[in-house]
Amino acid sequence: MATIRQLVLGTAASLMLGLAPAMADVTILNVSYDPTRELYKEFNAAFAADWQAKGGEAVTIEMSHGGSGKQARSVIDGLNADVVTLALEADINAIAEATGKIPANWRTLLPNQSAPYTSTIVFLVRKGNPKGIVDWGDLVKDGVEVITPNPKTSGGARWNYLAAWAWADKEYGGDREKILAYQRELFRHVPVLDTGARGSTTTFVQRQIGDVLLAWENEAFLALKEFGEDAFEIVVPSISVKAEPPVALVDGNVDAKGTREVASAYLDFLYTDVGQQLAAKHFYRPSRPEAVAPADLERFPATELVSIDSDLFGGWVKAQPEHFGDGGIFDQIYKPGQ
Amino acid sequence: MVAAALSGPFRKPSILPGFGLTLGLTLAWLGTIVLIPLAALVLKSAGLGWEAFGTLVTDPRTISALKLSFGAALVAATINLVFGLLLAWVLVRYRFPGRRLIDAFIDLPFALPTAVAGIALTALYAPNGWIGQFLAPLGIKVAYTPLGVVVALVFVSLPFIVRTVEPVLAEIDREVEEAAASLGANRRQTVFGVVLPTLMPALLTGYALALARAVGEYGSVIFIAGNIPYVSEIAPLLIVIRLEEFNYAGATAVAAVMLAISFVMLLVINLIQAWSRRRFGDGR
Amino acid sequence: MAADVALSVPAAEEAPFGDVRSAARPAKPWRPPTDETPVVRRTLIGIALVFLGFVLFLPLVAVFVEALRGGVALYWAAITEPDALAAVQLTLLVAVIAVPVNLVFGVAAAWAIAKYEFRGKSLLTTLIDLPFSVSPVISGLVFVLLFGAQGFFGPWLQSTGVQIIFAVPGLVLATLFVTFPFVARELIPLMQEQGTGDEEAALSLGASGWQAFRLVTLPNVKWALLYGVLLCNARAMGEFGAVSVVSGHIRGLTNTMPLHVEILYNEYAFSAAFAVASLLALLSLVTLAAKSILEWRYAQDIAATRGRGH
Repeated sequence: MATIRQLVLGTAASLMLGLAPAMADVTILNVSYDPTRELYKEFNAAFAADWQAKGGEAVTIEMSHGGSGKQARSVIDGLNADVVTLALEADINAIAEATGKIPANWRTLLPNQSAPYTSTIVFLVRKGNPKGIVDWGDLVKDGVEVITPNPKTSGGARWNYLAAWAWADKEYGGDREKILAYQRELFRHVPVLDTGARGSTTTFVQRQIGDVLLAWENEAFLALKEFGEDAFEIVVPSISVKAEPPVALVDGNVDAKGTREVASAYLDFLYTDVGQQLAAKHFYRPSRPEAVAPADLERFPATELVSIDSDLFGGWVKAQPEHFGDGGIFDQIYKPGQ
Repeated sequence: MVAAALSGPFRKPSILPGFGLTLGLTLAWLGTIVLIPLAALVLKSAGLGWEAFGTLVTDPRTISALKLSFGAALVAATINLVFGLLLAWVLVRYRFPGRRLIDAFIDLPFALPTAVAGIALTALYAPNGWIGQFLAPLGIKVAYTPLGVVVALVFVSLPFIVRTVEPVLAEIDREVEEAAASLGANRRQTVFGVVLPTLMPALLTGYALALARAVGEYGSVIFIAGNIPYVSEIAPLLIVIRLEEFNYAGATAVAAVMLAISFVMLLVINLIQAWSRRRFGDGR
Repeated sequence: MAADVALSVPAAEEAPFGDVRSAARPAKPWRPPTDETPVVRRTLIGIALVFLGFVLFLPLVAVFVEALRGGVALYWAAITEPDALAAVQLTLLVAVIAVPVNLVFGVAAAWAIAKYEFRGKSLLTTLIDLPFSVSPVISGLVFVLLFGAQGFFGPWLQSTGVQIIFAVPGLVLATLFVTFPFVARELIPLMQEQGTGDEEAALSLGASGWQAFRLVTLPNVKWALLYGVLLCNARAMGEFGAVSVVSGHIRGLTNTMPLHVEILYNEYAFSAAFAVASLLALLSLVTLAAKSILEWRYAQDIAATRGRGH
């Protein structure tokens, strides 16, 4: 039978290919979220070289990227991550709670609350800013279409939502009804809710849907780089959030695999001058700006940044269920007949 | 006629060996690969308790998502019932240049990853897409509306009906049609009175499979749907959303409801089919 | 009713009822009463082609146009890149395991269902169909519920150090689940059509059950069987949702081709994404072309097979 022959040939081919990858002395797995692909591609090479130069064994870093929540769930379900570098503190908290493989005080174990780089939320608009969008209030003007991913499925979108909340809180002096009305109006201007940040960028850039994309600052810069500075421009709103994508060592896994030393060094390397410069190069705001050439810092405009740990939000432990939990404020924004 | 001899259901025990072996193998494998995993699903959602389960399932958002998933799947399967039959007919009965190539084409939706299909369809039907740019001035929006969901589902479920009808159509005795014609039936009467009833079991099977496939589709739909709650949010996306909340029980509850509805739908169609097989005699 | 029908067809083409033409066939071109008029035929073909064009052909063209947008060199680079090759290799491996297993099962199930009458047959058929109707997200999720670290067998698996999900076994299981019905579903209607007469005859002539199956049943259904295998294989290679849940997305390690496509797409490497996708599309076209060639070469054989069914 022809099919059987095909199958046999296929098996042989795959077995032959299976011999191809060279074996490294040690392998660690970094489970990360979507927008860090470019950063870690370069960072991994730098770390491997540095580790060997310091007398360590040859190290291979495997990468897994995906939506932050989905990645956290994979680790909870047994994906053997040595380190996690996710978009939200809430996602690492979930791993810590569900598995006990990460200690509850993980945020205190690395500098800057375990966030080696930070970012913020900005607007990406079409060249010339035809709709004249300068701040959050402009997003709910008639005829403006806003592109953001779904806060239920995307970490970046939660930062978008919180940044809008921070502006509304300031604008309406903390009047909760008005803030809710603004958020409701904002999401009524959203024609497409993609499931991830990269999906939204594609919708905005490739499909030409919408007038403004709410995006991570690093993603907005990357979009400019990838799709041309002549087609889009970045608008920095008057107020935004300080997004702190955290990192953590998965103690339970590194001890089982015997990779604690190299995995810890990997995370520490994020805070070195080299690590910080690479973060800045890939449009993340370094946590140690002094390590980076001033010229590379200039592209990060100064604006008022609200922290998730401010009184307004009360930290992720409080904000996550309140805003994004089942039946939380975001769910209430979408009610039939509104 | 051999057909006549075989047409009645044989109730006497068969002399063919292997019933125990094959049925045993079937049940064992079915149990391992399908039933135990699905039982885990049911067990997990049972852990939710009836009340929580009820609240979750009767939530208006869940209901509107289920309505969209099943409604769009029904529309898509019905479109494919008509066009799938037409395609099967054209491919089996007529000879024209490129027929084999087109025949091979039909399976494309099986082979193309659903995400790729979703992206390709969105590229075509988005307002700036190849087809979308001609529809936009007419005020027709396909991508990012429920219509887009139907387009994606038509794509993924098309092969089922064509492929179940084709072999049966090829097997039909032309003599029956000749007999009908010689008894004075015109072509349309022959087709609708003689050929279609014979195809009914295959059409129903295809319809059931197409419907079932379309209801659960996720990969291609999320790209083209727009995913706006109450408008273009499909049930599988709600499942994913529950998972993102680390709410396994909630996710499995929606899944269990979808599973139950699909199961009943499939069972009813299979029963109709078994009945029509008995009634029309072995599908001939 | 009859008048309506007669009117809708050109009068010259319409044979009067009861005209016994089949008795003496005239030499001039003549349309048998079991064919449609050329006008109807062309209209039907036309509608079918237009429908296919919009639903299938354009998306396929879009895939190839996007894939080649960056030029042939880029296309070649995308499909020979190590991660892409690793994905191809993994996809083949999964299909090579899942397809034969479901082939054996599918034949057994079809035999049990098509050749015997028993209680609960409709129920069994429905259960076999069930994986079609389960959302791919769920097909992956069920294995996470079973074998995940928090799942029913999770703690036991961890104590023995066996990794099922986020590794090849998980990918195979999810693929087995989604491709479960294909072979059985393709065989059952045909084997039901063919009845049990041939096998009974073989047995009465002294053949064993296995011989009857191998020498009588198998040749009768071999095309449907091949067909089921091809579909099963296509789906096994193209499945996205279910494997996405159990894969873990480790680059170069647990990414199948459809997952690699998603990764590339999310890296804004649109041309590369479509290049890998086009491989899957090509694969399906090639296997189906192969099937068509086989069918053509053994056309007589098939005619005999079909003849025996009656």
